[in-house]
Amino acid sequence: MLTFFLKRLLGLLPTLAIVAVLVFLFVHMLPGDPARLAAGQDADQQTVELVRAELGLDRSLPEQFGRYFLNMARGDVGVSIRTRRPVATEIGERFMPTLLLTLTSMAWAVAFGLVIGIVSAVYRNEWPDRLGMTLAVSGISFPAFALGMLLMQIFSVGLGWLPTVGAGSWKHYILPSLTLGAAVAAVMARFTRASFVEVLGEDFVRTARAKGLKERVVIAKHCLRNALIPVVTMMGLQFGFLLGGSIVVEAVFNWPGVGRLLVDSVNQRDYPVIQALVLMFSLEFILINLVVDLLYGLINPTIRYK
Amino acid sequence: MPPSPPPSLILPDRRILSVSDLSVRFTTSERTVEAVRHLFFHVEAGETLAIVGESGSGKSVTSLALMRLVEHGGGTIATGRMPFRRRSGAILDLATASNAEMRGLRGAEIAMIFQEPMTSLNPVFTAGEQIAESIRVHQGKGHSAARAEALRMLDLVRIPEARNVLTRFPHQLSGGMRQRVMIAMALACRPQLLIADEPTTALDVTIQAQILELIRSLQDEMRMGVVFITHDMGVVAEIADRVLVMYRGDKVEEGAASAVFSGPRHAYTKALLAAVPRLGAMAGSDLPRKFDLLRPEAPEAPAAAEAPQDTRRPGPPILRVRDLVTRFDIRGGLLNRVRRRVHAVERISFDLQAGETLALVGESGCGKSTTGRSLLRLVESQSGLIEFAGENIRGLAPNKLQALRRNIQFIFQDPYASLDPRLTVGFSIMEPLLVHGTPRREAEARVAWLLERVGLSPAQGARYPHEFSGGQRQRIAIARALALNPKVIVADEAVSALDVSIQAQIVNLMLDLQRELGLSYLFISHDMAVVERVSHRVAVMFLGQIVEIGPRRAIFENPQHPYTKKLMAAVPVADPARRHATPRGLLTGEIPSPVRALGDEPEVAPLIEVGPGHWTARHAVGGLAA
Repeated sequence: MLTFFLKRLLGLLPTLAIVAVLVFLFVHMLPGDPARLAAGQDADQQTVELVRAELGLDRSLPEQFGRYFLNMARGDVGVSIRTRRPVATEIGERFMPTLLLTLTSMAWAVAFGLVIGIVSAVYRNEWPDRLGMTLAVSGISFPAFALGMLLMQIFSVGLGWLPTVGAGSWKHYILPSLTLGAAVAAVMARFTRASFVEVLGEDFVRTARAKGLKERVVIAKHCLRNALIPVVTMMGLQFGFLLGGSIVVEAVFNWPGVGRLLVDSVNQRDYPVIQALVLMFSLEFILINLVVDLLYGLINPTIRYK
Repeated sequence: MPPSPPPSLILPDRRILSVSDLSVRFTTSERTVEAVRHLFFHVEAGETLAIVGESGSGKSVTSLALMRLVEHGGGTIATGRMPFRRRSGAILDLATASNAEMRGLRGAEIAMIFQEPMTSLNPVFTAGEQIAESIRVHQGKGHSAARAEALRMLDLVRIPEARNVLTRFPHQLSGGMRQRVMIAMALACRPQLLIADEPTTALDVTIQAQILELIRSLQDEMRMGVVFITHDMGVVAEIADRVLVMYRGDKVEEGAASAVFSGPRHAYTKALLAAVPRLGAMAGSDLPRKFDLLRPEAPEAPAAAEAPQDTRRPGPPILRVRDLVTRFDIRGGLLNRVRRRVHAVERISFDLQAGETLALVGESGCGKSTTGRSLLRLVESQSGLIEFAGENIRGLAPNKLQALRRNIQFIFQDPYASLDPRLTVGFSIMEPLLVHGTPRREAEARVAWLLERVGLSPAQGARYPHEFSGGQRQRIAIARALALNPKVIVADEAVSALDVSIQAQIVNLMLDLQRELGLSYLFISHDMAVVERVSHRVAVMFLGQIVEIGPRRAIFENPQHPYTKKLMAAVPVADPARRHATPRGLLTGEIPSPVRALGDEPEVAPLIEVGPGHWTARHAVGGLAA
């Protein structure tokens, strides 16, 4: 297990290096001139050149790449072109709101998704299943911006219970996390159901019943852990996506998260921020996958690590 | 529980279960199937009732109905009474008992063992926990007391190193050990009735013999009634006091085991018994012979006894294997280095004549399937010579290999898994022809001819695999193998998954094809009785080595190697009169593993000739030496 963990951590480095190269190339291939955008609409050619030199964009591409890599190796990811603040602070400010929103959304979505999925599987083709799956399909197909605005209309504008925009108090988290989690809960419910239906047909479930166990124990003890593998895989993927920040939900609720930071940076051709964000997203995905793989081993002892 | 049972629920003294007029129905949106119709039987204390039948006979449904688990599979008990004597002496009708009453009975007074010990144990809990769980539920013991009792049960089922097994997960145990854990689990609360649903079907013969012996001795100890469900007449003869034969949901015959075997009354029973391969049935003859099949519809007119068939043609062998070695690396560690090796095939040599059947027999992990695969280079071998018609297969370039592959074809165990469910069977048969460049029109004509040849109609080629029964699918697989007119067919457990009557038909078909087309078969099987029927020569494999090879008659009538003898002794014989009276000294013992540390090479030595063409190993193989 430890060997496996170390091996995977070592394997992380080349992946990140490849991502860094690709991101660097793609970002520099984007049409648009960051120096022109930074200098402003009315700046003359001379000012633009001055800004370009200051940003180091006048050097050759390999030279820029070399400096970018050396700095990164030292832990310096540069300064934002747009705000002139260090990229690390810029992302750091935005990261916590996104992380907290992701965690709250995932928490309720997983709890709901699991329960709906299990109930649907146990009462397959009966009314709880129909109801659960109708909810799930609605959750997947209802657009997030519409759900967000609908919730805001009811709970903030209509009833006045909850604040509309911003991320100040715990109350601010309720509506965005509901909006963000709805699709996740729906996907989780469908996955849990599919995986549970399969496990319910396994021989060992019959064995458990033949032992005289209560149906509740059969489901909660003997089925649940066996059904979790695909569910955990899905959970990891969803977690990764949400950590990348949801552009729509952040826009609707005016949420200070990384999704909006990315959009702003792309608009301004803010190379250092874009590069750092994409690298961070990849790192998040890799780490989440590693955690998911370790979870597999905890859930199912037949999975062995090599 | 009422103090005195209603008058209809009275059981004779020693009787623990009496089933009357049991019918089980499965209702789907399209139709209603009566899986069991008006079944009557009873079980006495300490007695074994075997319920025998082929797939679809309703025998498993009956067992699940007794446990009332059939409802979880969508079935309903339509009619019937099943009075059962509880431990307390009270009598309870299983057909109408409440769910709570049934839960109290299941695992405590009626227990069940299933066919597949791997899938029937929960992979995520330790063996100890799975046994202890049932003790905790029914006897109200605490965690540590239940664990101690679980350990005692593991000792009772004679598991070596029981204390270690307690904390192991099912995948860390061998098939035989898993089935012992299942038995320990079932017997943990000392039930009065044990239902064993094909408990040995998935096991190797030597392990099967151990498990049967174990069930029998525990039954004596605990005075249990046993309902033993199986399709294997050999196992029935070995274990049953009384036999109940089922056919498509109906009881066709019931009686004492000796009576049913010596004088079957019903036509179906007669047909079933005729199709059972019996070890020793071929004694005194050298050549393969077809089964004398009886048809249930016309039992009094058996096909004329088939003459033995001599299809071997003299000349140089069509296939020559010398010192073939196939090993698989097991990697691990930080640098993914080879840690251990599976010595699947260790320097084996054999010849196959044109028109001959050579059987490769052995238990799981002995390397018989790997040998078959190595021939076609489906797995790469490390050294040795494979010569087909004078050409060394191991040295061939990949493009030449394809031409050669048309001459050696495979038939696998599971015809369903080896046919693409989304292609019509006609196309599946035609595909190899098209791959090897036959024009479409010609290929279609050949498919029609092939289908007819294997006993199907050409029109059936337009159907999909799921529309056929298991036996028909195996016929299709044979037709596909024959498409390219091969010289050699490697039949890897080709009849093992089939019901006996179907198995006999397929064996007969293979023998017919051999006679007409001059095929050579490499017949890979674990079933000694079938091997005795079909083969000219036999090679016994153990731990990757051939430990004995020779004419079939010599091997079966005069086995030399201790492993061959052990294998023969373990085969259940379909004749209660020849039941193995005393324990055969097979109670414990595992099949040794072919996985070895690096550098730890097994001892391999040339075989010694002990008779004409009969060779055996004299060096120690896995602790067995002649």
